[in-house]
Amino acid sequence: MRILLSLLAGSLFGGGLFVSGMTDTTKVQGWLDVFGNWDPTLAFVMGGAIIPMFFAWRLTEGRKPLVGGAFPDLPRPELDHRLITGSVLFGMGWGLAGLCPGPAVASLTYNGVEGLLFMAAMLTGMGVAPVIGRNLDRIATTA
Amino acid sequence: METDWIWGLVGGMLIGTGGAVYLLGNGRIMGASGIIGGLVDGSGWTTAWERIAFLVGVVVMPLILWPLYNVGIDTHMTKDVWVIVTAGLLVGVGTRIANGCTSGHGVCGISRLSLRGIVATVFYILAGGLMLVLFRHVLEVV
Repeated sequence: MRILLSLLAGSLFGGGLFVSGMTDTTKVQGWLDVFGNWDPTLAFVMGGAIIPMFFAWRLTEGRKPLVGGAFPDLPRPELDHRLITGSVLFGMGWGLAGLCPGPAVASLTYNGVEGLLFMAAMLTGMGVAPVIGRNLDRIATTA
Repeated sequence: METDWIWGLVGGMLIGTGGAVYLLGNGRIMGASGIIGGLVDGSGWTTAWERIAFLVGVVVMPLILWPLYNVGIDTHMTKDVWVIVTAGLLVGVGTRIANGCTSGHGVCGISRLSLRGIVATVFYILAGGLMLVLFRHVLEVV
């Protein structure tokens, strides 16, 4: 059941990324590039996605997940150096290529060799991230 | 195109519904970088099958919708190998260090008014915008 629900959630996510145009890098870069031909689509996608999720969070109160277990422990609302550094690094890559992890997966079959190369680099980055994260922690504690 | 925002809204609602299914059904936060990253660094191997099932859905659904969506889609992906590799590495490292990307911090975080989600989103949008302005309008390479 968990597997089926995951497949359903992934299908909705991938389908949504596809029809919203978020696998088209010009739409993402069009949103980020305020000095170019500005494209507001991404704001509609974000807004549209936040609506069902807002109600979903309301429904978690006093309930358990359908297939058992518990809702995730939410991180304490603390801002740390990892959140900021990581988001800045991610944003730099996102701006350069116009791809973030979700659309990179969704477009895997139709984004050519370039899409595969981006995926390989992203997976490599994810593989080395724990090491980089630990070094950042060390710098943060000594600074 | 004039209808782009409508498709954006419809697609966004589908994305949010996917996140709602994952949260209310499996009790998990739908973050693409977390789902993939956990498979890469081993931290999510105990839940590997549901992660893989999710990713299969993400890859396959666009292929099913493709024939119905007669507009045809071009990803307009850059052909510059160095830009692709650099961007991919930055996205991979950054999302794992920040513990979230556009779906996790953006969609799931903002919708519960999480301070971390909102701050992360502000920083990655600012960084992305500055990067694009620098590399497109100043250096003119992307």
